Amino acid sequence: MTKNDVLLRVVDLKKYFPIRRGLFQRHVGDVKAVDDVNFEVYRGETLGLVGESGCGKTTVGRTIVRLCEPTEGSVFFEGKDLSQLSGAELREMRQKLQMIFQNPYASLSPRMKVKSIVGEPLEVHNAARGQEKKERVAELLDLVGLNPSFMSRYPHEFSGGQRQRIGIARSLALNPELVIADEPISSLDVSIQAQVVNLLEDLQDELGLTYIFIAHDLSMVRHISDRVAVMYLGKLMEVADKKILFDNPLNPYTQALMSAIPVPDPVIEKSRNRVLIEGDLPSPSNPPRGCNFNTRCPLAEEICFHEEAKMVEIEPGHYSACHVIAREGGFVDIARP
Amino acid sequence: MSENEVILAIQNLHTRFFTEEGVVHAVEGVSYQLQKGETLGIVGESGCGKSVHALSIMRLIPSPPGKIVSGKIRFKGQDLLSLSEQDMRSIRGDEIAMVFQDPMTSLNPVLKVGYQIMEALKLHQHMKEDRARARAADLLSMVGIPEAEQRLDDYPHQFSGGMRQRAMIAMALSCDPSILIADEPTTSLDVTIQAQIIDLVNRLQQELGMTVIWITHDLGVIARLADRVNVMYAGRILEHGRVEDIYRNPKNPYTVGLLGSLPKPVTTSSSREKLYSIPGEPPDLVGGTLGCPFRGRCEYEVERCTKEMPPLEVVEENHLAACWQKEKVKKVQ
Repeated sequence: MTKNDVLLRVVDLKKYFPIRRGLFQRHVGDVKAVDDVNFEVYRGETLGLVGESGCGKTTVGRTIVRLCEPTEGSVFFEGKDLSQLSGAELREMRQKLQMIFQNPYASLSPRMKVKSIVGEPLEVHNAARGQEKKERVAELLDLVGLNPSFMSRYPHEFSGGQRQRIGIARSLALNPELVIADEPISSLDVSIQAQVVNLLEDLQDELGLTYIFIAHDLSMVRHISDRVAVMYLGKLMEVADKKILFDNPLNPYTQALMSAIPVPDPVIEKSRNRVLIEGDLPSPSNPPRGCNFNTRCPLAEEICFHEEAKMVEIEPGHYSACHVIAREGGFVDIARP
Repeated sequence: MSENEVILAIQNLHTRFFTEEGVVHAVEGVSYQLQKGETLGIVGESGCGKSVHALSIMRLIPSPPGKIVSGKIRFKGQDLLSLSEQDMRSIRGDEIAMVFQDPMTSLNPVLKVGYQIMEALKLHQHMKEDRARARAADLLSMVGIPEAEQRLDDYPHQFSGGMRQRAMIAMALSCDPSILIADEPTTSLDVTIQAQIIDLVNRLQQELGMTVIWITHDLGVIARLADRVNVMYAGRILEHGRVEDIYRNPKNPYTVGLLGSLPKPVTTSSSREKLYSIPGEPPDLVGGTLGCPFRGRCEYEVERCTKEMPPLEVVEENHLAACWQKEKVKKVQ
């Protein structure tokens, strides 16, 4: 991974879903699913995108591949602004950007055989037909650890882990550069999760893929990612190299998130001093004024209720959006009284 | 944990589902004892029978197709399986209460939250309307819902996911049950809310002296709250012991695999290490399994495993494992 080779750059990305009411479908407000998000993805790396449900991480992924149209902002892929592309250009570009979906039960058509599912991208993009297509599908199934003779079967004949492998094979059909994996393991059992994560890593080494790995399971993100971005209520809260982020989380939300996740070791877990944050996530249709986290933040001060917190580089490569952290220029423990 | 007083004893429980595809052996010979005041964690993957075993205790197995084929569940000296439906109703919700996984589907959407909590109080404790209402408000504020009195008149959709789960817990606690069975109560919640719920149950357990059975697939949650653990796989208990012993010194290859397949909590190097992974998939439980259910995925497998199910045997004090090769089994690092 070279730091300077930016494959994808997301600039001021916004995605609002309008709320409409009444007979005339009057526009009464917006769900601010993604609100001013900026980040970069380097070629060959894995960027982990984490946050709780409803924080907008999936919408970020979907907006990058333009399964959702962005409300504002740009997505540059290899220097080209994806949000300006249309028709043929977009289709061309999409070959290089693929997605693996969360639910392998819902993302495969139950009426299609595996060979049609995996072969469909090849057909749509005129990449291969007939015998050539069949060979490519067999190759892809082999690549993801499925027996090529399974290609005439239907999805219901497979287990969850195998289905996710089919989804991965489909995403790789067109030799993409960037694969956005949207919670690819969260619907799988623990013993199967490790299999799929190992597969994703092997494929990355073999094919030189770049990943955006979207998840809420921090321990898996820690394992697979090179850098991690933390989202809360439509905004990025913190971005840093994995090691820096996990060893020295700065943003109060990141601290709280890490503290909340139980460690699978009873000795550590029972002696650990945990900080509980109170309350629920506010609704993204009515986010608080100022910093998004101010309703639950133990460090919240006057300024946090008026002014939005901007991403600031606190130490090299470590960005955090927090007024208090920015002022102190480093770690402030949220457990402090 | 208290003086080893057994509050619930399950002996050789078998629960099966008679479906068109065949007989599903969901729970195959589960036996254990629950001690008063402890938290027993039950860990296993989907389809391992952990929820079915809990529903069997509550006698809530949908029948048909399900049936408790054999076994005994002794609670305070009586066998729950031989009680009449009417006697069972007085135990269910009153003595043994359950919190389900999905608070969205276990609350009735057209009834007010307060009404649903008061229902149990009126039924089991024969409370009158206003006393039940006052108690319901107490319960809601005990589980950390602000302005509890007003929130009684809300419908479930007006509650967030975490609040709904709190309301479910309030409902389960309404009659001061001796045993609380929590079936993946935090699985559908976010981690920060999960942490709140775990803390809440811990606190309430200490205050009220409850016994808790906590069912989950999350080994982190188990490490956090359990005193003892049952590891279930394909309807059977494969390992049982104090949580510290199970995590330190697992003696069943499935437990070893489960613990090994978790990413390490401490990143020692910046280079990626391969995760240990269990090959294959869990077996199909239609028609039952012959021999050890983990065979075919197990690296310690020997001839005997294909024919005979190993019994749960002592490996150290308070630690049982079912494996013919248990002396050889080692934790993966």
